[in-house]
Amino acid sequence: MSRRTVRLGAGAGFAGDRIDPAVDLARRGELDYLIFECLGERTVAAAQSRRLADPASGYDPLLEARLLAVLPYAAEAGTTVVTNSGAANPVAAGELAARIAARSGLASRVAVVTGDDVLDTVRRADPVVWETGQRLSACQDELISANAYLGSQPVAAALAQGADVVLTGRLADPALYLGPLRYRHGWGETEWDSLGAGTVTGHLLECAGQLTGGYFADPGTKPVPGMARLGFPFADVAADGTAVLGKLPGTGGRLDIRTCAEQLLYEVDDPTAYLTPDVTADFSRVTFTQTDADQVLVEGAGGRPRPEDLKVTLGFRGGWTGEGQIGYAGPRALDRAKLAGDIVRERLVAVHGVDETAIRVEYIGAGALFRGLVSDVDPVEVRLRVSARVADAELADAIGWEVESLYTNGPAGGGGAARHLREVVAVRSCLLPRNSVRPDVHLLEG
Amino acid sequence: MILDDIADVRAGDKGDTLMLAVFPRDGAAFDALESRLSPELVACHFGSAVTGGVTRTVLPGLPAFVFRVPGVLGGGVTGSTALDGHGKTLGYYLLTLSIPD
Repeated sequence: MSRRTVRLGAGAGFAGDRIDPAVDLARRGELDYLIFECLGERTVAAAQSRRLADPASGYDPLLEARLLAVLPYAAEAGTTVVTNSGAANPVAAGELAARIAARSGLASRVAVVTGDDVLDTVRRADPVVWETGQRLSACQDELISANAYLGSQPVAAALAQGADVVLTGRLADPALYLGPLRYRHGWGETEWDSLGAGTVTGHLLECAGQLTGGYFADPGTKPVPGMARLGFPFADVAADGTAVLGKLPGTGGRLDIRTCAEQLLYEVDDPTAYLTPDVTADFSRVTFTQTDADQVLVEGAGGRPRPEDLKVTLGFRGGWTGEGQIGYAGPRALDRAKLAGDIVRERLVAVHGVDETAIRVEYIGAGALFRGLVSDVDPVEVRLRVSARVADAELADAIGWEVESLYTNGPAGGGGAARHLREVVAVRSCLLPRNSVRPDVHLLEG
Repeated sequence: MILDDIADVRAGDKGDTLMLAVFPRDGAAFDALESRLSPELVACHFGSAVTGGVTRTVLPGLPAFVFRVPGVLGGGVTGSTALDGHGKTLGYYLLTLSIPD
């Protein structure tokens, strides 16, 4: 077992994340591993939809830009890159990574983790879908994808085979970080406290800038300096699982026990039992200690045996969403917006035959984000937003068209109309027995 | 006094369940909220949008509270046509809650 600490850097916290903070980490972070978490529930289903349209696509569109930017520095520093940017097509992503490495003159070994695509398996197993409470076969919608959350084991296996770049599809986010820790510290698959501690570190780092002041900043109560050059975090993780979090000198942001506490509990349902494919992690006794400026010690995480089943994200064709917006300002702005909303609603039903219950009318600037939970205010300006999910693209396009037509047919002073159309991939979840999911690791030569 | 005077909130989502982590800014705020910020009060603030029992987990070590508010997101990010399907902005709605004396 390694006595030294392993340094993990957070290169991205979501598919659309900034690239320059990762380049900074790759250049001067002295990292062992640089990790890009680029896959949300919705992202993997959307990627599956793209792959159905074009079999060569389906990986993260920003993957090429990220690798081109960081690979030369990572290679120079001996840093291994791990990412779930493979999304719906990790093999194509791996081949792209190998081409980029070859073009840059780097002798990088690229590993691809597959096995998360369980479409055939769920069709055979016909599990109960959480959201409907019924078996998958009872579902009317067209199933287009099923991806199981893999754990850290295949990442650790890829690293043991000498990979310099690891591309995966659907993998539990903290497992991207736990994989390198398992490999370097030799943690066994039943060392629950170590796996729990590594999962906590992964969970803290997986949203990148959210640990260093992003999604935290509030000029009134939570000031964060230098957010335009927000530094992404890294962690030095010891063999016992304790971690010291830090960020590079000269970068913006703040890293302290308040930013850490907020990120620890972000999107956490039960802090005593955070379920992952690797471990049931216990966040409830985690403590943070400020050890220096922008440096925090994390201790106290625990773990219990992992769940026997793996969570699967199911993607269904869910029709189309159409949307239109137009703005009103000045005296009676909200009254005029409401008149406009009523007009659009009436016409969508009467002229286009849209089901009235599918139509959502919102007044941005007058409580739309709070979903009607606050009473009307009298805003300086308000933006009408009408959206609806319908079966086909043509009908969805009518939503925005009707809003746009308010220019000459609606209340006075409407301006700045915009319309938008997108295909919906509806995401639901189910479980599969662990032994019916078989991760695999392929090594490509760059 | 409203919650915004003594605490921070971070919102997160799991499907159509809203998770709200509340962070008192000091020990006195933690004590006050432990006795006064009940799951019932949070449920009442979100009104009829809540479809099940609101739960509270107390984490004295951080210190923090986690509230689980089911149903509020009405289908969640892929099922809802709402402007903020994640409900990320709803943490600031909780901050408007009046804390009883």
